[in-house]
Amino acid sequence: MEVGKGHVYSGAELDIHEGKMIEELKERSRDIIPDPDSWLTDELRQNILLTTVDAALNWARRTAIWPVISFPACCAFEFMGAAASRFDISRFGMEIVRASPRQADLMITAGTLTWKMAPQIKRLYDQMAEPKWVIAMGACGISGGVFKGSYSVVPGYNHIVPVDVYVPGCPPRPEALLYGIQMLREKIKRRKSFVEEKK
Amino acid sequence: MTLALAGSEAAARLDKSLAAGIAGLNPDSLLVKSEFLFDIAAFLKDEPGLNFNYLVHITAIDYCDYFELVYHLVSLKHNHSLVIKTRCTDRKTPTIPSVVSLWRGAELQEREIFDLMGINFEGHPNMKRIFLWEGFQGHPLRKDFTDGS
Repeated sequence: MEVGKGHVYSGAELDIHEGKMIEELKERSRDIIPDPDSWLTDELRQNILLTTVDAALNWARRTAIWPVISFPACCAFEFMGAAASRFDISRFGMEIVRASPRQADLMITAGTLTWKMAPQIKRLYDQMAEPKWVIAMGACGISGGVFKGSYSVVPGYNHIVPVDVYVPGCPPRPEALLYGIQMLREKIKRRKSFVEEKK
Repeated sequence: MTLALAGSEAAARLDKSLAAGIAGLNPDSLLVKSEFLFDIAAFLKDEPGLNFNYLVHITAIDYCDYFELVYHLVSLKHNHSLVIKTRCTDRKTPTIPSVVSLWRGAELQEREIFDLMGINFEGHPNMKRIFLWEGFQGHPLRKDFTDGS
């Protein structure tokens, strides 16, 4: 690629690399990643086959969910409201918001995601240790919200990462986020690690 | 309160050699020809009686027939302000002289205008995209921009 020709303006290797990375991610992210929602349909079987080990593990997991810092826009303020003393998410054992994705279990995607930011969010998600969950918070996180169709906005986080719980609102109230977190706890409760899937 | 100078007031104080650069006078602004923009801006900054030492912001507007650039200047010494405008009719490769060497704060704003409007600033030290990524097609704040999707 030559600088000054067509759409290339910078000769810096870093810029060209970044541009390529974003274009590739955009190309790969045309389709929505299906929600991990199989637990909803075979609820009965999962409930019956849950082992004691699973129950203990899931109790440990759901009572200490640490969110990672990934708040690109204004929904972050409602998250701060939820995290502060009035709504107090530390009641659910998640008062520690980790700056490092390696120590986190949950990504709360509070805000509009642009294509330029998308590779970083993808990297954050990839760096989180399994098991990990994602809450799409707010209209922008769900579908791009009012910015859907814009040249620079990702139409929903589910193009980039698989989403477990959607919390609608613009922005959602802390109560709505708390409800979403409770739903996620319900989901983790039914997770099975030690039982083989019956086809 | 900051006194907003009218176009005619500022024009009356301009140097004689720069009078040819004035394209129009408005009650709220001074319209200048783009080829004189840098000289007039330098004069407005350095003339002791005017001394516009602070560039508040630059913005660009697409009127379809032409692009208009708006510069908001303030003198912190004399506590007065002025709006200067300039126009660019070339849609294919619009070019305007850069004022980065006068006001350093113009650097990122000119890059933003370049990114979203596609106006090239001649003499800018680092003319490349700022918000969008390398390889993005087109300039999205232009009225004739289409996303392609």
